[in-house]
Amino acid sequence: MSFINYSSREINCKIVYYGPGLCGKTTNLQYIYKKTNPEQKGKLISLATESERTLFFDFLPLALGDIRGFRVRFHLYTVPGQVFYAASRKLILKGVDGVVFVADSQIERMEANIESLEDLGINLAEQGYAIEKLPYAIQYNKRDLPSVAPLEEMNKILNTNGVQWFEAVATTGIGVFETLKSVAKQVLLELKKHY
Amino acid sequence: MAGTDLVMYENEFQKIDEELQKLHQQANANVVFLVDKNGQLIASAGDTHNIDTTSLASLTAGNIAATGGIARLLGEKEFTILFHEGEKDNIHISLIGQRVILVVIFDQRSSLGLVRLRVKKTSEVLTKLFDEITSKAEKEKLEGKVAESPFAEISDEDIDNLFR
Repeated sequence: MSFINYSSREINCKIVYYGPGLCGKTTNLQYIYKKTNPEQKGKLISLATESERTLFFDFLPLALGDIRGFRVRFHLYTVPGQVFYAASRKLILKGVDGVVFVADSQIERMEANIESLEDLGINLAEQGYAIEKLPYAIQYNKRDLPSVAPLEEMNKILNTNGVQWFEAVATTGIGVFETLKSVAKQVLLELKKHY
Repeated sequence: MAGTDLVMYENEFQKIDEELQKLHQQANANVVFLVDKNGQLIASAGDTHNIDTTSLASLTAGNIAATGGIARLLGEKEFTILFHEGEKDNIHISLIGQRVILVVIFDQRSSLGLVRLRVKKTSEVLTKLFDEITSKAEKEKLEGKVAESPFAEISDEDIDNLFR
């Protein structure tokens, strides 16, 4: 649900990073924060536990520039990935305009990826969204680790709709902006369809 | 897409702004602001220079969302008012018409009673205003009206430029 303000000439859109625990959602936001000019970003807010696990959400407002005289702002959120934070995840998906699913490429995390993806589908459906109709991209993160699943297999299991996907190493920034750009583009094109 | 996007034009924005200014004055508040339930700041009144309003908006919405989640677990529809008391500043958060969140920050120059009273009055006016905005948006959608849309002309190049 975007917020279009003709008075201040601003468009606000919400993008949520979803995925299993420890897949690198927060790391994505941290990298984006690090690499964006100070005038383009707000504070990175992290509601995390002492051990730096996301408790409620991370939040990063980004103002990348103008389109046709309108300032375009993206509000990036992450959800807490751990299974028992299900109730919080639901809340954060409210009013979402686009979703990035961050998958952990390690073979031993494949089951966690599948579980999280199913959880995403259920939570979206509860709010009347269908994943096929939402601006959506998948990121296969941690490609630098030794025990990663082949991309072909990951696509077969996690990307049955054949959406845009990206290989990433979020700690060094590989694939991070490519993923964001893909979903941001889809969100703006969706606005174009509606207005 | 579920729900409708919130579209606000100059005219409505001014009315909302006036209402917030009035509340700011009458409640003797430091800052008053209005946030979309999704965490986007709509308007504010008062001295916001030293406040990170974007973050505050997002956290307030998170707060309301979490409280709403607790309410539903208890079989309540919603807790419509939240109040946090600090050493110097206090914050009064209320949900208006299930859609927007009104936040009032005040100190010892005002009181909870006064804030509650004034917020109630403002809520009524704002509820009406937002009903009008929603029905206007629906009407325009039905009529297929696209008033000077900035998006119709968006090109791939425009979007690519954002990421330079």
